[in-house]
Amino acid sequence: MHSELSVSLWRGGEDGRYETYSVPQRENQTVLDVVTFVQRHVDPTLSYRFACRVGVCGSCAMTVNGKPRWTCRTHVAKVAHGGRLEIGPLENLPVIKDLATDMRVFFEKWQEAKGVFAPTKTRHDAIAQIRPDTPARIAADAAIECINCGICYSACDTVRWNDDYFGPAALTRAWTLVNDERDGGNTARLQAIAGSGGCHACHSHQSCQQLCPQSLNPTAAIAGLKRRTVAAYLNGEITA
Amino acid sequence: MIARHLKHRGSALWLAAIVHRLSGLALAIFLPLHFLALGLAIEGEARLEDFLRWTDRPLVKFAEVALVFLFTVHLLGGLRILVIENLDWREGQKQLAALAAAVSAIVAFVFLVRVF
Amino acid sequence: MNVRLYIWQRATAAIMAPLVLVHIALIFYATRQGLSAADVLSRTRGSIAWAAFYGMFVAAVSIHAAIGVRNVLHEWTPLTERRAGFCAIAFGLLLAALGARAVAAVVLP
Repeated sequence: MHSELSVSLWRGGEDGRYETYSVPQRENQTVLDVVTFVQRHVDPTLSYRFACRVGVCGSCAMTVNGKPRWTCRTHVAKVAHGGRLEIGPLENLPVIKDLATDMRVFFEKWQEAKGVFAPTKTRHDAIAQIRPDTPARIAADAAIECINCGICYSACDTVRWNDDYFGPAALTRAWTLVNDERDGGNTARLQAIAGSGGCHACHSHQSCQQLCPQSLNPTAAIAGLKRRTVAAYLNGEITA
Repeated sequence: MIARHLKHRGSALWLAAIVHRLSGLALAIFLPLHFLALGLAIEGEARLEDFLRWTDRPLVKFAEVALVFLFTVHLLGGLRILVIENLDWREGQKQLAALAAAVSAIVAFVFLVRVF
Repeated sequence: MNVRLYIWQRATAAIMAPLVLVHIALIFYATRQGLSAADVLSRTRGSIAWAAFYGMFVAAVSIHAAIGVRNVLHEWTPLTERRAGFCAIAFGLLLAALGARAVAAVVLP
């Protein structure tokens, strides 16, 4: 263990640069601890996001040594080989300043992919009885725990190469709704994800699945959407 | 800059996807040439024969070995994608991708041995 | 990419899988036997079976490769999706034309 870490942090906007700081290494130190140390003791102008610090909110996602990760759940000892760390903002998103990105396009694509529940009942109707052990509910439950941290979106090369592509998170949410028997918006949803930028753009690189901190599997969800949209197209429910 | 971007993309499955894409591109470039060569038969058997004997040289044979590898790896990679997209999710994707590459290399090697 | 192009690309891929296996086997057979042009053409000329086999292969690969090229152009070059589509169609037609010519060259008596 080195006594001092050499930490490169991205400073500035899109056309910024990495600046290097010296941070004391401690036992049981997370990457978020390192960033916080710099802001508190070295340079108060450093901008970054965090909230819960304990791995349930997803706000602290950044690019650490080339990989998008939750910094509060990344132990320095595991990633700082040779005592060096390179920390940058999440990729595939515009940089606001330093380590903070503009996530609006991430959420806009969520809406465009119709990752939004379309209700069929009102409060005056009886509560829907949803069995947890139907194949559809099992599929939805396996994909539902997304907290919109943006790691999958940042890791995805198809997002990088194709501006229209909705990305793994939006499509995974669409998949949970496609499998939700209470939802009434499936035709519009399948239509939305069957066009340019939809699920068919996915090349199954599986970076999303490998890096999702919630152990979700967008690749599998998107494969399911591919099957559903093909069926919907072939039986005339949607058009190309 | 590029090296940094490539860090988390060294995973086996990303590599498999890139190999699949590049092999497809290579085959797409090769195909018109292949069709033109076969089209030589229009000018008669002798013309095609001349061409086939031209391909007997070692450098062309090595190119053919590479093509056999690219062809096989593109087929096997494509089958893996069809499995992901049409059958239930299965683990072991990295192993399947590695297997596809290994089988393709073996097929290309067998071809190499047979033409030399 | 959209659902229609996806279906065409995956369907032609599935159709071609067995054709590719046969073609690879043929490559091995032909090179092992050291087939000359005369050997090849004596087998293919006048053969409806080979015409059908390779005709289907050419049709499928023209579609499959064109859509693949379209994706690569859209993702890896500055071309818009529309322009990538036009280039892809042109490429597909080129493959179909050259391929049909090649099949005719070896199959027509």
